[in-house]
Amino acid sequence: MKTFDYVRPASVREAVSAAAAPGAAYLAAGTNLLDLMKGGVTRPDRLVDITHLPDLDRIENLADGSVRIGALVRNADLAHDRDFARRFPAIAEALLSGASAQLRNAASVGGNLLQRTRCAYFYDPASACNKRNPGSGCDARGGDNRLHAILGWSESCIATHPSDFCVALVALDAVVEIEGRAGRREIPLEAFHRLPGDSPDRESVLEPGEMIVAVRLPAEAARFAAHARYLKVRDRTSYAFAIVSAAAALRIEQGVIAQARIAMGGVALKPWRAREAEQILLGGRADTALFVRAATAALAEAKPSGDNGFKIVLARRVVARALALAAAGTPERMPALPGSPFAAASGVLAHV
Amino acid sequence: MSEIALTQTPIHIRHGSNIGQPLTRRDGVLKVTGAAKYAADQHPPGMLYAVLATSSIARGRVAHLDVAAAKAHPGVVDVITPANRPALALDPDEKSNPFMFRLDLLQTDRVRYAGQPIAIVIAQTLEAATEGASLLAPRYETEPARVGLDDGESTALQVVGPGFPAQAQRGDVETELAAAKKSITQTYETPAQYHNPMEPHAIVAAWEGDTLSIDTPSQGMAMAQGRLAGLFGIAPEKIHIRSPFLGGGFGGKGMISGPQVLGAIAARAVGRPVKLVLRRDQMYGPVGHRAPTRQTLRLGTDGDGALVGLDHHTKTMSSTFDDFFEPASTPSHTLYASTAIATSHAGVRADIGTPIFMRAPGEAPGSIALESAIDEMAQACGMDPLAFRLKNYAEVEPISGKPFSSKALRECYRQGAERFGWERRPLAPRQMRDRDGLLVGWGVGTATFPAVMFAAQAKAVLRRDGSGVMEIGAHDMGQGAWTALAQIAADGLGLDLDRLEFRSGTSDLPDAGIAGGSGHTATAGMAIYNAGADVIAKLADLATNDDHSPLFGAGNAGVVARGGRLFRRDDESRSESFSDILARAGLAQIEGRGAGGRPNPMEAHGQSDYAMHAHGAVFAEVKVDPELGQIRATRLVGAFAAGRIINPRMVRSQYYGGMIWGVSFALHEQAIVDRHSGRPMNANFAEYHIPVNADVPSLEAILVEEDDPHVNALGIKGVGEIGITGSAGAVANAVWHATGIRVRKFPITLDRLLEPQ
Ligand SMILES: Cc1cc2nc3c(=O)[nH]c(=O)nc-3n(C[C@H](O)[C@H](O)[C@H](O)COP(=O)(O)OP(=O)(O)OC[C@H]3O[C@@H](n4cnc5c(N)ncnc54)[C@H](O)[C@@H]3O)c2cc1C
Ligand code: SF4
Repeated sequence: MKTFDYVRPASVREAVSAAAAPGAAYLAAGTNLLDLMKGGVTRPDRLVDITHLPDLDRIENLADGSVRIGALVRNADLAHDRDFARRFPAIAEALLSGASAQLRNAASVGGNLLQRTRCAYFYDPASACNKRNPGSGCDARGGDNRLHAILGWSESCIATHPSDFCVALVALDAVVEIEGRAGRREIPLEAFHRLPGDSPDRESVLEPGEMIVAVRLPAEAARFAAHARYLKVRDRTSYAFAIVSAAAALRIEQGVIAQARIAMGGVALKPWRAREAEQILLGGRADTALFVRAATAALAEAKPSGDNGFKIVLARRVVARALALAAAGTPERMPALPGSPFAAASGVLAHV
Repeated sequence: MSEIALTQTPIHIRHGSNIGQPLTRRDGVLKVTGAAKYAADQHPPGMLYAVLATSSIARGRVAHLDVAAAKAHPGVVDVITPANRPALALDPDEKSNPFMFRLDLLQTDRVRYAGQPIAIVIAQTLEAATEGASLLAPRYETEPARVGLDDGESTALQVVGPGFPAQAQRGDVETELAAAKKSITQTYETPAQYHNPMEPHAIVAAWEGDTLSIDTPSQGMAMAQGRLAGLFGIAPEKIHIRSPFLGGGFGGKGMISGPQVLGAIAARAVGRPVKLVLRRDQMYGPVGHRAPTRQTLRLGTDGDGALVGLDHHTKTMSSTFDDFFEPASTPSHTLYASTAIATSHAGVRADIGTPIFMRAPGEAPGSIALESAIDEMAQACGMDPLAFRLKNYAEVEPISGKPFSSKALRECYRQGAERFGWERRPLAPRQMRDRDGLLVGWGVGTATFPAVMFAAQAKAVLRRDGSGVMEIGAHDMGQGAWTALAQIAADGLGLDLDRLEFRSGTSDLPDAGIAGGSGHTATAGMAIYNAGADVIAKLADLATNDDHSPLFGAGNAGVVARGGRLFRRDDESRSESFSDILARAGLAQIEGRGAGGRPNPMEAHGQSDYAMHAHGAVFAEVKVDPELGQIRATRLVGAFAAGRIINPRMVRSQYYGGMIWGVSFALHEQAIVDRHSGRPMNANFAEYHIPVNADVPSLEAILVEEDDPHVNALGIKGVGEIGITGSAGAVANAVWHATGIRVRKFPITLDRLLEPQ
């Protein structure tokens, strides 16, 4: 393995200055970063281990009703925090549908946001990849691209962002708190990840050395708790990335949809908020025809980027189903198979 | 067990014999406490680490390696490339029998598949060796890779698998098909698959002069010894292999692989012990896999639903430099009666590593295609798929006309169907829904696997203290040989298990034959049993010829051994303990030897008066989301008849494992190979899908009684591979029954079930 420096800063300020050096990378749980290093995909010169920083592993309820999740909160801890899961059930469901129990026990909030695409050509240093090696080309085009993007892709990159967590967060207007040498700033998560355009190597709006310190959910996000679901279709029942997923959250007043949120995962290089579809739902009554109309609008711009036209059909159905599930009401208990089409509405399957 | 201490004697209640008891694993505690040492756990003093550099192109040559950069890296001790690889006694490309596979041992700079070893870097630490390998930064002259079944060169095949004829027929299939009342022709495709045992290929090798000592997982130590002896030009006895535990093999560890030999080459070059462990992604190339197949089946029936013609053609793939062609058409030889049968194989050569035996080679891909086609034919006849299978039940082996040595398949169908509730199955597809609206489908598949035996020897010892020893270099791949073979040994010696020392897992013990073809328990078991009988006969001789013994005059045939004593068969009140017999004879111990196996290991496939196969029937339930297409197998019931069952607990585990593999075959497993570069793109456990716990259905395995007087004296067939066959087809058929959509390209993925709505 390549030799690198390892530093363990004692404060966020120290971390940010240690990470300002070229070739530095933050190390959280390492479930993604270390794999990339072992595979020779990234070769940082310096790892800035942030796992020992104080105070970043807290879930705080702020005075204005918003919730602040520290960047080092473990995925599993967040999903299993009773109060959090009650207020933001779709986020908990999204988290629990991701990866495996072991990975969720380790993975951090910040790391989940910044996990890299799972495009196999990105992970294979012998393949051409504009994201890994700008200007080298994109072997996914014309290669195996069954799971690649159907929205927002460009000629230079057709990859998707793999996170489940981010999909539910974007639906609920989460905000990312960022610390840099110039101080703190914040940005809506929806604007945090970048579409590939001509520079797929630039994945987020983070400037070199900037660090995620927290993710915040506005007070309003909790108002969807009664009608919020995450649905994730995958190639096996668990421990697989989404082919397509959707978070749906509704506020229903006297049978009429007063507010609606929809975001999709596995379709683009960022969690994809479907605002037009949300508009269609407003003022309507929750029924299948309306959901299908909204879902159709959500995919109006979709185009296959390879052998993946089926994902457009699938995504429409996933959105419509997620809306129907949300309309039916958040289940009292987390389904035994979170996010799964097999999370039986009528109860738990005999074996899970 | 000379070097491995299995301290655990399981708690069990014996009812007469050890055979047939559901003992827990004797090595179980060692394994769950981590005390069982696998090859890669070894760390002899002075050991160095070797890491392979492997090719990222599938075809061409290595034009340059930056050896200087690798050597300059701190900790790197040596770099071996084709330019300086020490000479071998045998060309690795020489082949003198079908079980001898050509190996890539840095003989040239040619690259013939992606993942081929192109250099070895040896260093003080694993990290230094890894970085050294990456600093080699190979430059290639790349030639276009031939990747798929359609872009390789076509080859006419004479033989498939380990030497079966590629063509077979009985009757005139063309005439029968032409005259058939109903017929179907369908093509099915199965993908490349990789063995993916949990434990990667690993070796710790140490030389002392021209003596080689290695720790490495092996399903065939004697063959490995022979292969290494040939390559290094030393006598096989100079090679000592320890392989007490395997973290799975599935056929991938049957023959010693190139990387394992490279570990021994590295150790010799540096004059120190060397450890070489493959990374998961390096398991996709030089250590074998299951090749893709495209199978075309033509079936025809008379007006009554009886098959008149069955034609099974397979197109499959091997490497450009060696032969192993998946014998996928062979299940059609045995399973269903048909007036005429023809099977054939064609091959293409592509720039891939040589495929090799992988759990149920031939039977697994062949069975999913055949079982799908049989279902399609039943559908065309408007018949229930089980009724159709019974209608075409083979009373004798269809291709040969020979009687079966035993065949309790009808009973398997009956017990399985009853347990599953098959009679409630609607004939038409897409009729059943669960209360959540998910589509439900039921399917059946017939399981079959030949009862193969190889050749083995064993040595038995009875000691004056009343204990016994059984020695055999057998292989425990996780299937439970430490336990099941010890059960046979205890019975063979007439001892309780706790009086028996069972030595196994090293190459200095008598050759147990290869642990493959589901034949290890039968082969090694017979050698053990015969060795026991040999030593007991000697002991009986001593007693019955000694007028001081209560057994005097009983004659050899007149005694039985049990619980450390010999009893007169006609009068069990007269007995004497082994110790007393030996003490009186003034002997510290006596020895016996035994052999097991058939003169020709391929006998199950031809040269016997009987056709010998295990059989089974598997019933599967799947659920499918009607709009989203996501599939989940929810229930599998398998009923299997495989002769005598030595240990029902372990046999059940084998069936469960096979059935899960069947689910995997039908719904999950496939190597995704880039069509341009020829590189496998999902060479890891995250993306090469096998079922996770949530995909494993509720499983039930019924052990159907079967007494086979012909396979061998113990009546043992084999249980390791049969579970995949039948199960994969049953799941595929259940998906059709749930959805009305017949998917003929495996694995069945949800995109193929997304009907326009
Ligand atoms: C086999 C497997 C399956 C998976 N399946 C799923 C799945 O189904 N769904 C899903 O959503 N995820 C899945 N994941 C991804 C998993 O969620 C991520 O690996 C994990 O969330 C990353 O968190 P981490 O703390 O380990 O990050 P690390 O690996 O430590 O870091 C990841 C990246 O984020 C950067 N980083 C980390 N923290 C910060 C910070 N605070 N500020 C700035 N930069 C930071 C690092 O520099 C690095 O570039 C899977 C992962 C694996 C290995
Ligand atoms: S799709 Fe993007 S990540 Fe994948 S190979 Fe192309 S450029 Fe790289």
